[in-house]
Amino acid sequence: MRAWKSLLPFVLGLPVLWLIQLWAPPQIAIILVNIGVNVILAVSLNMVNGFTGQFSLGHAGFMAVGAYTAAKITLAFGESASVSPLVWNNGVFFIALLAGMGMAAFMGLLVGIPSLRLRGDYLAIVTLGFNEIIRVLIENMSWLGGATGISGVPPYTSLIWVGLGVLAAIVTARRLLLSTHGRALLAIREDEVAAEAMGVDTTGYKVRAFVLSAAFAGLGGGLLGHYILLVTPKSFTYVKSIEVVVMVVLGGMGSISGAVFAAVLLTSSLELLRGVDQYRMVIYSLLLVVLMLSRPTGLFGHREVWDFAKSWRRKRAEALS
Amino acid sequence: MSEFLQHVVNGLSVGTIYALIALGYTMVYGVLRLINFAHGDVYMVGAFAAFYLAHALGVAENPTLGKTVVVFAGSMGICAALGYVIERLAYRPLRERPRLTSLITAIGISFLLEYGFQLPHWNGLPIEFPPGPTPRFFPELFQRVVWFEVGEVAISNYDVISLAVAIGLMLGLQFIVYRTKFGTAMRAVSFDPSIAGLMGIPVDRVISGTFALGSALAAAAALLVAISRPRIDPMMGMMPGLKAFVAAVFGGIGNVPGAMIGGLILGLSEEFVAGYAFSSYRDAIAFAILIIVLLVKPEGLFGRRTAEKV
Repeated sequence: MRAWKSLLPFVLGLPVLWLIQLWAPPQIAIILVNIGVNVILAVSLNMVNGFTGQFSLGHAGFMAVGAYTAAKITLAFGESASVSPLVWNNGVFFIALLAGMGMAAFMGLLVGIPSLRLRGDYLAIVTLGFNEIIRVLIENMSWLGGATGISGVPPYTSLIWVGLGVLAAIVTARRLLLSTHGRALLAIREDEVAAEAMGVDTTGYKVRAFVLSAAFAGLGGGLLGHYILLVTPKSFTYVKSIEVVVMVVLGGMGSISGAVFAAVLLTSSLELLRGVDQYRMVIYSLLLVVLMLSRPTGLFGHREVWDFAKSWRRKRAEALS
Repeated sequence: MSEFLQHVVNGLSVGTIYALIALGYTMVYGVLRLINFAHGDVYMVGAFAAFYLAHALGVAENPTLGKTVVVFAGSMGICAALGYVIERLAYRPLRERPRLTSLITAIGISFLLEYGFQLPHWNGLPIEFPPGPTPRFFPELFQRVVWFEVGEVAISNYDVISLAVAIGLMLGLQFIVYRTKFGTAMRAVSFDPSIAGLMGIPVDRVISGTFALGSALAAAAALLVAISRPRIDPMMGMMPGLKAFVAAVFGGIGNVPGAMIGGLILGLSEEFVAGYAFSSYRDAIAFAILIIVLLVKPEGLFGRRTAEKV
C-alpha cells in the first residue's frame, strides 16, 4: 500500500507532464527545463545541507559526473535502425540517466567517506576542492573532450523526463525525511554529539545522505546535458554549486517545499533579468548576506508549505470557537 | 640542476605569498573559529587599491621609492579598513549564531566582492570603479634588474625584494603576536573568548584588530604578486585564497608559524609537482594536499588536537 502511495505522483503526473510537453512553446519549455533541473538540484542538496546540517559546496562536481557519464552512454549507443526511435531513444536515455546517477553516487561515496568525518566548515572546503579537482581532471582528459567538452549530445531531454526527475527527487526526499534514516539525519543536524551518544551511526548516515544527494545531482546533470546538447567543464564550476546553495538557503534549510519554491523563484526571476546577467551573481551574493543577517532560517525554515496551512486552519478554528 | 634551482626560486616566491595570505586565515580562525572565505577577495581588493593609488600618484611615468612606499602603505591601510568593515557588518551580528551562518555570509561577501568588482564603471567617480571584468596591468613600481646569477638562474631585484619584504612582514607579525600587548590579548581571545572578556580584554576590539591585521597582510601579498605578475582582475583572489587556506590548514589552523611554513611547503610542492610532472594539474594539487592532510593529520603540522566539548 505504501509503495503504491509513492508511485501515485508518477501515475498522476505523467499525463499532466505529457500535456505540458504538447502545449509548451519552445521559449517556455527552456525556462521550464531550467526550473525543473534546478528544483532537482536544490531538493537533493537539501538532503545534505538541510536535513543533515552538513555544508556541501560541491554539488556541481557530481552534476558533472552525471552529465559526462550519461552523455558518453547515449553517444555510445547512438541510433538504432531496427527499433522505433521513440522506444530506443527513451530506453537508452533511461539507462544513461541511471548510469549517471550511479556514477555520481559512487563519486559521492568516494568523497563522502573520508570527508564526512570532518566538522562542518572543513567539509565545505573539501567538497569545494573536490569540485575543482573533478573539473581539472575532466579538462585534462582528452577522451572526455578536454576543456571544450563533449558536443553533439542527442536531444533526449523532454519536459516529461524533467518532470519525472523532479517528482522522483521530491518523493525521495519526502520519503527519506519520514523514514528512520530521516530521523537520524535530523538528529545529526540538531546535535551531532548527542545523536552519536544515542547510538546513531553519524558518519554512516551522513555518507548515505551524501550519496543519495550526489545521485540526484548526477540526474540533474544528465538531464541538463541532454537539453543544451553540450557538456563542458565550464558549466560545472563552483559558481554553479553556490547557485544551488543559495536556493537551499533561501528556501529554508530542511524544507522540501522551500527548496522547490526558491528554485522556481530564483530561476524564473533570472529569466526576467536576462540582459543584466552581470548583476546575477551580485544579486545572489547580496541575497545570501542579507538573508543570513535578517532571516537565517530562510523563507520557510524547517517547515513545509502544508505546515503553514495547518497552523492557519488551527488558528481559524480557535478564532471561531 | 639549474632547472631545480629555478623551481626552488619560483616555489619560494609563490610560497611566501601563500604564507602571507594564510596568516590572515589562521589569525581570524584563531580568534573566531571562522573560515573567512572573503579573505582571498580582500587580497584582490588590495591589488586594485594599489593599482588606483599607483595611477593617482603617476607611478607609471615616474616611479620613485617614496611613491612605492606610499602605494604599499596605502593599499595595506585600505584593506585593513575593508577587513574591519566586513567583520563589523557581516560577522559581528552573527557571532552568537551557529557557525554555519557566518560561513554562508562569508561566501556571500566573497562573491559580492568578486562580482561587484566586475560590474561596469559607475558614472561620476574620479576613478574607473568598479574595474569591470577585463584584466588591468599594474604599472612597474621600479625597474627590474638582474642582481646575480646562480648557474643559469637569474635572480632579479624583484625576487630578492619581495622575499625580503615578506620575511620582514612575517617577523613583524611574529613580534606583534608574541611581544606586544595586543598580541597577548589576541592569544588570550583565541584561547577562550569569554574568559578573556571577563579578564578585561576588549574582545570586540581585538577581533576587529585581527581582521585589520590579516587584511593588511593580504594587501601586501597582493602587491608582491602584482609587481612581478602585473595582470590583475576581480577573480584573481579566488585561487590564491583557497590555496592559502589549504596552507593554513596544513600548518595547523590557528597557528601563526604553522601558516608560514605551510605556505612555503605548499608553494614548493605545487611548483615541483607542476614543474616536473603534471603542469596542467597545478590547481588540483593544493586540494589533493588538503584532503590528504585532513585524512592523515587533521590538526595540521603544528596544530593542537582538541577534543570536541559538549
